[in-house]
Amino acid sequence: MTSDPSIDRARPATVAPPADHAAGRMSLLQRIAMLRAWLFLGALVLAFEAWARVAFDGTFLGNTYNLQSIAIYAVAPLLLATGQTFVIISGGIDLSMGFIMGLAAVVAAHVVGWANPLMSAPFAVLLGLLVAVLVAGIPGAVNGFLVAYLKVPPFIGTLGMFGVARGVAFLLAGGTTVPVSNGFLSALGNGRLYGVPWVVIVTAVFVLVMHYLLGQTRFGQHNYAIGANAQAARRAGIDIRGHLLRLYILSGLCAGLAGVLYTARFSAGAAQAGEPLLLDCVAAVVIGGASLFGGSGTILGTVAGAFVIAVIQYGLVFVNVKPFWQFISVGVVIIISVLIDQAQRSFTGGRQSE
Amino acid sequence: MNDLSGTPAVPLLEVRHLSKSFGAVQALKDVSLSIGAGEVVALAGDNGAGKTTLIKAISGVYPQSGGDILLDGQPVRFASPQEARDRGIETIYQDLALADNLTIGANIFLGREPMRKALGFLPVLDRRKMAQAARETMALLDFHVSRMDAPVSNFSGGQRQAVAIGRAVYWNARVLIMDEPTAALGVPEQRKVISLIHQLKAQGRGVIFISHNLQDIFAVADRIIVLRRGVEAGERRISETTHEEVVRLMVGG
Repeated sequence: MTSDPSIDRARPATVAPPADHAAGRMSLLQRIAMLRAWLFLGALVLAFEAWARVAFDGTFLGNTYNLQSIAIYAVAPLLLATGQTFVIISGGIDLSMGFIMGLAAVVAAHVVGWANPLMSAPFAVLLGLLVAVLVAGIPGAVNGFLVAYLKVPPFIGTLGMFGVARGVAFLLAGGTTVPVSNGFLSALGNGRLYGVPWVVIVTAVFVLVMHYLLGQTRFGQHNYAIGANAQAARRAGIDIRGHLLRLYILSGLCAGLAGVLYTARFSAGAAQAGEPLLLDCVAAVVIGGASLFGGSGTILGTVAGAFVIAVIQYGLVFVNVKPFWQFISVGVVIIISVLIDQAQRSFTGGRQSE
Repeated sequence: MNDLSGTPAVPLLEVRHLSKSFGAVQALKDVSLSIGAGEVVALAGDNGAGKTTLIKAISGVYPQSGGDILLDGQPVRFASPQEARDRGIETIYQDLALADNLTIGANIFLGREPMRKALGFLPVLDRRKMAQAARETMALLDFHVSRMDAPVSNFSGGQRQAVAIGRAVYWNARVLIMDEPTAALGVPEQRKVISLIHQLKAQGRGVIFISHNLQDIFAVADRIIVLRRGVEAGERRISETTHEEVVRLMVGG
């Protein structure tokens, strides 16, 4: 029942289904609530643009370098956040993603370094990336086993894995960063195609596949059902345990991909690569409109959420504000998002009159 | 066997001398019932009388300890609710087994979603088919929905009950078992559910429902079976009994 990982139909954001809203006849409020992350992103970008024009007589958006920097900055949190979106919709959370990412980064650096003298550069990279992503699936599988079969609450199970992955990653790295020299790898990490960085292209394709998986397949549909009413899903004959196992493996693989792209970008693997990203990725999902209670959320919303964070962080540097304001701004945005979510629920949660 | 209740020749579903014990506790003892096509049977009894145990035994949740279950005259034994459902026995629980964030169509097809090929190769959920089937099924229950794209959380309790019933109808359930279908509903909604049961009856399906509400039972049931402490206290045709007699059977007067 897994999906065919190929291109998506790239639906416009206006019909992003939180569940099954393809026919698109929802109330205006529901639509606005769904789009709020994109509206917010637009407002934010306009604000920085205005600021740049007034304060420096420059431009924020018109500057290709800015756009590239924001996109590159958003890559890792976005990759983690796509996996986290699935997990949060199912009613869980994955706290271990940041260090699974670090683990994958270290493994990728080691394997590419080991394979470098044995084969040509592209093959060494391919092998390294493959092994690292697969290794990242292992802690994911353990998470899934704990949550699905041993009934460990996701918060606790993945918190345990947070520690285990962190320790293993640092042990493998010998407590330091693992440098790796491979021309193909750094070309992948820093090269561009028509001005668009390769890491951004890889991420964009991956995000489209994940969008397809969530919105158009049984796996995605069951994910929404389990998050809303696991009992109902079980009675409908859905294999909940198998689903959760696959779900956490998927989440591990997302972290693995983020890790190998980190190694490609910096030509080094570091155990702490994803440490600051864990909360960013949860924040991106929440800003993107998912509910931490499960049952709602979209990949397109998460994309907007990740960019909101990236734009705030980069934009504040751009307009020369002390970096500590980033934390405050992102924190405020998270709280506002949750407040909007609650308000929307109380407005549109009412019954339709027959 | 010597089952002589006045039901049609080959009942849809027949339960003979069913027993169920949990360890030393005998929850059901020698209970028999049968239900024909287009028949509505009510199960009544005080709390702990064994009503829920009985329907769970019929629907495959509990394996029975003794006795037989016959479907179309053939003995069956369900290892899981899924098996019972595959054979056309659908249970609708009082807490409404719906995913509130999904549409009516997605709920009807939950776990068995139809797929189509987009662009000739990419398998995607066939939402149009789901919406279409949902519209037709709900119309069959005389429940006309204008918004097939709305999540079921937008609908009222009675409407959601109708969705749960619609799912059973779509998948060709021949026997519907309902546990307190009118509990937790307002009066107009209760009427709606009663009329839904009438529809199911008219379609030739068998309905077994548990209720505490004698008015509901007398409004829609053909027969009533009263359980008391795990045994059958009595079975009556609704046309031949009164509220007082049923209450007497329930409390054991």
